[in-house]
Amino acid sequence: MRAAITILTLAAFASVPLWLRDPYLLNALITTGIFMIAAMSLNLLLGFTGQLSLGHIAFFGIGAYVSALTSLGFDIGLPGGFRLVHEPWPPIVGFVLAILVAGLCGYFVGLLSFRVRGAYFVIVTISFAEVVRLVALNWVELTQGPLALTNIPSITIGLPGLGELTLRTKFHNYYLVLAVAAVAYLLISRLVHSHFGRAMRGLMENETLAVSVGIDVTRTLTLAAVISAAIAGAAGSLYAHYIRIIDPEVFAFINTVTMVIMVISGGKGSLAGPVVGGLIFGLLPVMLRPIMAPEAQWIAYGGVLIVILFVLPRGIVPSLAQRFAKRKRKAAVVAVTPVAFSERAKEPA
Amino acid sequence: MTTARAIALNVEQVAVRFGGLVALSEMNFTVGEGEIVSLIGPNGAGKTTAFNVMTGFLDPAHGRVSYRGTALNGLKPHQIADLGLIRTFQRTSVFPNDTVYDNLLIGLHRQGRVGLFEAILGLPRARASERRLRERAAELVEWVGLERRAYDPAGSLSYGEQRLVGVALALAAEPSMLLLDEPVSGMNASETHTFVELIRNIRDRGVTILLVEHDMPMVMSVSDRIVVLNYGRIIAEGPPEAIRNDPDVIEAYLGQGAARA
Ligand SMILES: Nc1ncnc2c1ncn2[C@@H]1O[C@H](COP(=O)(O)OP(=O)(O)OP(=O)(O)O)[C@@H](O)[C@H]1O
Ligand SMILES: [Mg+2]
Repeated sequence: MRAAITILTLAAFASVPLWLRDPYLLNALITTGIFMIAAMSLNLLLGFTGQLSLGHIAFFGIGAYVSALTSLGFDIGLPGGFRLVHEPWPPIVGFVLAILVAGLCGYFVGLLSFRVRGAYFVIVTISFAEVVRLVALNWVELTQGPLALTNIPSITIGLPGLGELTLRTKFHNYYLVLAVAAVAYLLISRLVHSHFGRAMRGLMENETLAVSVGIDVTRTLTLAAVISAAIAGAAGSLYAHYIRIIDPEVFAFINTVTMVIMVISGGKGSLAGPVVGGLIFGLLPVMLRPIMAPEAQWIAYGGVLIVILFVLPRGIVPSLAQRFAKRKRKAAVVAVTPVAFSERAKEPA
Repeated sequence: MTTARAIALNVEQVAVRFGGLVALSEMNFTVGEGEIVSLIGPNGAGKTTAFNVMTGFLDPAHGRVSYRGTALNGLKPHQIADLGLIRTFQRTSVFPNDTVYDNLLIGLHRQGRVGLFEAILGLPRARASERRLRERAAELVEWVGLERRAYDPAGSLSYGEQRLVGVALALAAEPSMLLLDEPVSGMNASETHTFVELIRNIRDRGVTILLVEHDMPMVMSVSDRIVVLNYGRIIAEGPPEAIRNDPDVIEAYLGQGAARA
């Protein structure tokens, strides 16, 4: 049942570029998809370990910069008069490096903050994002600072038997993003349903009990942080090679807030939550733009969020799933009752 | 009762202070392999504190604890659990939002370790391990008699049932020694009776047991040896018959003068 829904959803998404001819909407879907991947990665931490990363955009931005710089090359001076020169590499290598470097950053942030958790983790992640933003803004020789890295090449992939394909069009990029999103979804799903996911859930629900049965808190949370950051880094790389220009504004706090909204509205701790929340809050601004003044757009955006959380407080997916389960249980109770009565009737008086 | 058992747990000169309060002082005792020892004493005597020290939740002011020759000082709770020394908690402690069955799957953490990539790629070894865990979880549910509640959230169970889940969780962690903190409190007479059978059964599988319990008839019937604690000090130690008649113990339980009255 669940697998069928997943496959149907995937097929529906895959069909979109075949009938949607509006490039404006296709563009909105691609950027929404990229942010959806980032939201999924945030959900792995927030929904499955309970740790709120309010600097999650840092991993996304690091992925974007690493990937852009790998494929553009750079030439920077180092202390002592040395120069570090990097010739451009294929963007696909940048994509892989983005994942690795972002994952490594996740590891250090995790290591730094998971000894003391909760609020401390929130603060460390916010600070981390701010530090990275300042570096991107001020290390002009490497990042061009506010002038932005431009002309970032599109991703080229080698297809067996078909030669090289450069993913320049929206059509191509849509499928690239869809493929990465599907892989990220599958990976997170496998992870949370494994032994590792159970350790995460145990820690979130009752840490004292979890450690008493041998679950290592630091290791489990750090693992979640690494995978989460790596996926965010992959999303950042896709972003850089699709938009093809990137500046320090990518690190803006509002981008993290958007991800958090996608996760919370869709339902944290549910695999499909960030997909649903991501679609709504990724596409909403695009839908509102032609019909409303900018201020009104923000009010409407906030209004939709409030209504969702008021009607479905645990987020769309978990709240609906719960209602559905309740209805099913009621039906089951009705079916079972006569049996229970007849059994009682058999009891000796 | 100095049989030739090997020492499993060794507590030496352990002291714990909370500010000015001395919760444990100069605590010395051992538990032999395969033994059932009870640690008893009035409320606030320091029993739970002793458990917290043994399982790494609390660092003692001084003294040392070792298990099967490994010093436990400075080890984290999960590392101590990895040595096979597993505890339960005095307050009910379950994963409330998960089903009883899923609780046990979480408890089986130590048995389910597979590589990250094996798990994510769903390789045969990971899948076989998963299958084994599910079987084992079902077995444990059955063993504590909670089959009918297996798919209910553990938080929705009765107090006594949650205590059973707590014990099953500890068993899931495959202990070689089990520390039980007031396991039958909140259980009715028949549940307690079943539980005593369960403890004997656990011991027969070679698990060493240290039991904290206020239910005296139960303690007397199940223990090989009893250690009595009062105000953080051990005041008596010996087989149940000796403890039952020990004037110090009677006085500690019944208050000043009662022993002589
Ligand atoms: N974290 C703590 N901070 C301060 N005092 C504590 C703490 N934990 C325990 N105590 C005190 O230490 C003493 C021993 O407590 P402990 O919980 O070990 O007793 P106990 O023997 O388990 O009692 P009970 O039978 O009521 O469970 C008590 O006086 C208690 O108030
Ligand atoms: Mg206690």
